[in-house]
Amino acid sequence: MSIIEVKQLTKVFGHDPKHAVKLLGQGWSKEKIYRETKMTIGVNQASFGIEPGEIFVIMGLSGSGKSTLVRLLNRLIEPTSGQVLFKGRDIVGMNKVELRELRRKHIGMVFQKFALYPHRTVLANAEYGLEVQGIEKKQRRELAMNALKLVGLEGWEQSYPDQLSGGMQQRVGLARGLANDPDILLMDEAFSALDPLIRKDMQHELLLLQARMKKTIVFITHDLDEALRIGDRIALMKDGSIVQIGTPEEILTRPADKFVERFVEDVDLSKVLTASHAMIRPETITPERGPRVALQLMRESGVSTLYVTDKEKRLLGAVTADDASRAVKENLPLEAVIQTNVVMVPPDEVLNGLFDSMAEAKLPIAVVDEQSRLRGILIKGAVMSTLAGNRDASEGGAFYEQRA
Amino acid sequence: MNNVPKLPIGDWVESVEDWLTDHLGPLFDFIRAVIGGMVDGIEVALTAAPSLVLIVLIAALAYWIGKWKLAAFAVIGLLLIDNLGLWEPSMQSLALVLTASILSIVFGVPIGIACARSNAVRNTVTPILDFMQTMPAFVYLLPAVSFFSLGVVPGVIASIIFAIPPTIRLTNLGIRQVPGELTEAADAFGSSPAQKLFKLQLPIAMPTMMAGINQTIMLALSMVVISSMIGAQGVGAYVYRAVTQAKTGVGFEAGIAIVIMAILLDRLTQSAFKKK
Repeated sequence: MSIIEVKQLTKVFGHDPKHAVKLLGQGWSKEKIYRETKMTIGVNQASFGIEPGEIFVIMGLSGSGKSTLVRLLNRLIEPTSGQVLFKGRDIVGMNKVELRELRRKHIGMVFQKFALYPHRTVLANAEYGLEVQGIEKKQRRELAMNALKLVGLEGWEQSYPDQLSGGMQQRVGLARGLANDPDILLMDEAFSALDPLIRKDMQHELLLLQARMKKTIVFITHDLDEALRIGDRIALMKDGSIVQIGTPEEILTRPADKFVERFVEDVDLSKVLTASHAMIRPETITPERGPRVALQLMRESGVSTLYVTDKEKRLLGAVTADDASRAVKENLPLEAVIQTNVVMVPPDEVLNGLFDSMAEAKLPIAVVDEQSRLRGILIKGAVMSTLAGNRDASEGGAFYEQRA
Repeated sequence: MNNVPKLPIGDWVESVEDWLTDHLGPLFDFIRAVIGGMVDGIEVALTAAPSLVLIVLIAALAYWIGKWKLAAFAVIGLLLIDNLGLWEPSMQSLALVLTASILSIVFGVPIGIACARSNAVRNTVTPILDFMQTMPAFVYLLPAVSFFSLGVVPGVIASIIFAIPPTIRLTNLGIRQVPGELTEAADAFGSSPAQKLFKLQLPIAMPTMMAGINQTIMLALSMVVISSMIGAQGVGAYVYRAVTQAKTGVGFEAGIAIVIMAILLDRLTQSAFKKK
């Protein structure tokens, strides 16, 4: 079940929002409503569900309504119409006290410009959410310290925010958001104010944190690379409407319309697609079948290299046609001629990081899982083709296998 | 234009004044008792000990808040006042100023907070403050006297009316200047309005508010001479008497005492706020 279920959520800024909602219902466009009534549609009938434990990225350019949308989720901005269900309870209908309780215990938030309290120490900042809940001092200290430890700020408790670098300040922001252990963390362009290298680090750390804490995170960004990097699913927004929702791969490979297509066309696919996207099926052999069978297999399948695995499919190495004929000539077992210097990478390695090793390796790189089972191999042609947008490498299989 | 008869604004004001005096007499008596008691209490506290003891105490305070320079100034300045024989009237004036300042803060800060919370309140209060500050102080001395009779109390009231606007204005300004993203963060973590006020808005607005309070104290001090015209005792009365009797020397001496108190109050409050 979705932890957050958003139904037909709409926000109109202007003098008569209800009227504008009616017009939207009649199919008026955002532009037409603005032209005729001077009212602005912030968010237009957004509907989606967020699953527990996922990083749900809402992405769009500035003015697309993404920051408004995230604020509708905890009612920092009051929705004009529609529903936000948190574990089945409608947030829109909550009274002030219920809403405050929800914000205190269940929804944390991290802000673009950090929004740290300059008059409070790092520790007192991290404590804030616990303090307003009325948790007693000793306990909230402890919880806040744990949160600071989690984001790597141990030893900085007594500093003030302005003594910290931008990256560290946002760690405080993150600690403040995590300290009361909320079910959902809203992150509004949380890394946008950081410089690119720090930003990468923070993205990486967020993923590590997420792997440990399994929070539900709603992450707002205008940066597609960031969205692709951290999002389990991405909702793309344009003019207040959600244009497409899908996994990063779905967005890239099956853009819903021209807008999404244009949005993603400049993406450096090599940073997004992984070894598992580009790998092809290798020809394999187990060692006890011997060099003669190996040569036979090579002839049949038209390849010059076989990958040698044991019965559990664990990779032992590779054998080339030259090696195999030498073994036949000198009457050696297949084990004796296996080349063990095959380069191995995990399936989730992004292609961008593999170019150097691909250029240097004599044999195609092997893709192996955690149990060192062979999942596939990477050959240059298939990688090129994958990057060129021919997403399914196996379709062009015959051609690559010849070269392999 | 000549056909329009003169509007009887003066008559209206006087009938309001009469009505108030007739109907709210007990209230005015109560206020008079409270304010009079405050002034007396502070005056007694300031004059209970010999002047030298108080000078040492103030110097110590100055050293703690500021530094040795401020302490040195306090010692020299206060010794000079004592030497001129103006110690007691100075303390009387100081009691008046402190009472007016404390009451200005007590009423001004909450009014300022109310202004910061609601545009309607601010839009109502602002013109009243403009009126209070620009209307010549002598004009509201008269109704103050008719409500509270002669003495120090109408002086305190007049001082409050004249001195309270900066506290209200700068409290309002300070709270409104708290960056929107900070108040948003406070909301996002579920702060109640009171938590937001005390944990975020007031601490951040404090330097601005303190500038307002500092101004309020200075303005209250500037009222001591005017207050003396309606019977408030103190160093202001010396100035007033010197003016009416054309005694330049006495006037100057009393003036110097006021200047010394002004500088001391200003530096003490300013340094105290910077120290936070």
